Amino acid sequence: MKLKPWLTTGLLIGGLLTGGSASADRTLLNVSYDPTRELYQEFNAAFVKHWETKTGEKVAIKQSHGGSGKQARSVIDGLDADVVTLALANDINEIAEKAKLIPGDWQKRLPHNGTPYTSTIVLLVRKGNPKNIKDWNDLARPGISVITPNPKTSGGARWNYLAAWEYGKRSYGNDAKAKEFVARIYRNVPVLDSGARGSTTTFVERGIGDVFISWENEAFLAIKELGVGKFEIVAPSISILAEPPVTVIDKVIDRKGTRDVAEAYLTYLYSEQGQEIAARNFYRPTDSKVAAKYADRFPAIKLFKIDDTFGGWKNAHKLHFADGGTFDQIYQQ
Amino acid sequence: MSATALPIPTGKRRVATDEPGWVRWVLIGLALAFLALFLFIPLILVFYEALKKGVDVYVAAITEPDAVAAIELTLTAAAIAVPLNLIFGVAAAWAIAKFEFRGKSLLITLIDLPFSVSPVVAGLIYVLIFGLQGWLGPWLAENDIKIIFAIPGIVLATIFVTVPFIARELIPLMQAQGTEEEEAAVVLGANGWQIFFRVTLPNIKWGLLYGVILCNARAMGEFGAVSVVSGHIRGSTNTLPLHVEILYNEYNFAAAFAVASLLALLALVTLALKAFVESRNKQQTENANEHRST
Repeated sequence: MKLKPWLTTGLLIGGLLTGGSASADRTLLNVSYDPTRELYQEFNAAFVKHWETKTGEKVAIKQSHGGSGKQARSVIDGLDADVVTLALANDINEIAEKAKLIPGDWQKRLPHNGTPYTSTIVLLVRKGNPKNIKDWNDLARPGISVITPNPKTSGGARWNYLAAWEYGKRSYGNDAKAKEFVARIYRNVPVLDSGARGSTTTFVERGIGDVFISWENEAFLAIKELGVGKFEIVAPSISILAEPPVTVIDKVIDRKGTRDVAEAYLTYLYSEQGQEIAARNFYRPTDSKVAAKYADRFPAIKLFKIDDTFGGWKNAHKLHFADGGTFDQIYQQ
Repeated sequence: MSATALPIPTGKRRVATDEPGWVRWVLIGLALAFLALFLFIPLILVFYEALKKGVDVYVAAITEPDAVAAIELTLTAAAIAVPLNLIFGVAAAWAIAKFEFRGKSLLITLIDLPFSVSPVVAGLIYVLIFGLQGWLGPWLAENDIKIIFAIPGIVLATIFVTVPFIARELIPLMQAQGTEEEEAAVVLGANGWQIFFRVTLPNIKWGLLYGVILCNARAMGEFGAVSVVSGHIRGSTNTLPLHVEILYNEYNFAAAFAVASLLALLALVTLALKAFVESRNKQQTENANEHRST
C-alpha cells in the first residue's frame, strides 16, 4: 500500500522534467567531428548574434562531437542533424548513399567543394624533440612510439594515413613500397583511439608516445590548452591538404522547417567573421583575404590534394579503408 | 526460537578460522591494501581534483546549463526506469518464487541476460531496431516518433541494463520465505491483491528497497549502452556520465571531476543506504529461515 504514492510521485517528476526541457524557439543541431568543439563554441555564439540582428529570431544551436565516421553513422541511423560539419567528404558521401538524406552532388552546393576551412596533418613531439623527429620517415624508425587514431572510425586518422602513404610513395617509388612504409609506421602505434580527441588526450595527458600525428588545428590547440612549452610542432616536408566539408541535411531541415537558418549558418562560415573565427581556432581559412592576414600563423608545408593524388575520397576509401582495404591488410599481417 | 540444537561432534574439528594468526592478518592486510589502492584513493582523488581549482569553479561546473540538463536527464531516465523495473522485478520474482510453470528457467535466464551482455551490444540492439535504417526506423520516421538519439532511447537502454537488479534481489528472498503465509491468507479468504499487499509485500520490503537502490545507482551511472543511443547532443541527450566524458575531452578537467564527484556522491549515498537496508534485509531473511525451520 505504501508504495503507490511513491510510484506516482516518481512518474510525475519524470513527466515534469521531460516536459520542462522543451523550448519554443527553433534549434539547429550541428553534428561535427572531434577537434571542432572550440571552433563551434565560438562560431555558434557569433552566428546566434548575427541571426538575431538580421531576423530578430533567437535560434539555439546544439552540438554533437565524436569521431567523424561514428558521427556519420549516427546521422545515417537517424540522429536529427540539421547540418553536418565532418572531417572528410567520404563520411558525408556515406550519408548520401546509405540513407539518401542528401543529394549525391551535395559538395557542389557551397564554394570550395563545401569546405569553408582547411587544415593539414602535422607531427606533434615532446619538448626539445628528444627523438629527433623531422619527417614522415622518422615515424617508421624502430623504437619510435607513434600515436594516431583508428582510421576506421576517425576522419583525422584517415588524413594521417593518406599523408604518410603519399610520402612513402614519393620517397620509395610505388604503392607497394608505400604500403610497406605505412605498415612500419603502424607497427609503432601502441594505442589506436577511436577519435582524434582521444588520441590527443593519450599523447598529451597520459604521456604515451614520442610523436602524435595530428590535425594541425588540434596540435595548436593542445599546445595552447595544455602544454605551452611542453610540446613542439614539426612540419613534415610534405603533407595532405585536409578538407573537412559541411552540408545541410535536406530531409531533416525540410521536415523541421529549418532550411533558411541552416543554410545561413553554413554560409556564415564563409563570411569574413566566420573565416576569422576559423583562423583564430587554427583552421586555415579559404578566404584569401583572411588567409593572408593569418598567414604567419601556419607553417609553410608543401600540400597535396586528395583529388590529385588519390583520385578523390571514393577511390581512396575503397582502396584503403573499406573492408579488406590496405589498412585491414596491414593490420592482419 | 532457534531450531533444535545439532549434536556437537566430538574429536578434532577443523574450522575455517583456526589458521595461524599471521595468515589471517596477511589476508586482511592484502584485502585492505587492494581496496585502498583501487577504490579509496581514486575516490579521494575525484574530490581532490574537483575542488582543486576552488569551490567557485566547482559550483560553476555543476550549475552550468549543459550540466543541469545532464542532471535532469539522468534523473528522468532513473525516474522512469526504476519504477518500471520495480513493477517488473516484483512480478517476475513473485511468479518465479511462488509458482511452478513451464519455461521458468528460461525466464530466469532471460532476466540475467543484461548481466551477461556487454552494454554496448545492448545499445546497438536498439539502434538496429529503432534506427533510421533499422526494422522499425522508416515507420517511426514517417510518424515522426523519435526513439534513439532522444530521451526514449536513453530510457530504454537504461531499463535494459537495470532489469536484473530488483528481480535478482527478490527471488532468493521470496524462495526462502516460501508460500505458507500466502496459503494461510487464501484459507482465510483473502483475494490476490490483498495477499500481495498485506502478506507478500511487507515480507519483502527491505529486500525490495535494497534492489531499488542498486537499480537506481546503475541507472544513473550507466555509460556504455546509453552512449550508443544518445547521439551526444549537449544540453539534450547527454546524461551525467556522458557529460563527464565530454568535459574531460574538452580539457576541462576540473569541471569533469566536479560532475564526476556528483556521481561519486551518489555512490556514497547508495553505499550508506545499502548498508542500512542490508542489515534490515538480513533480519528479514533470518526471520524467514527461522520461520521455515520451525
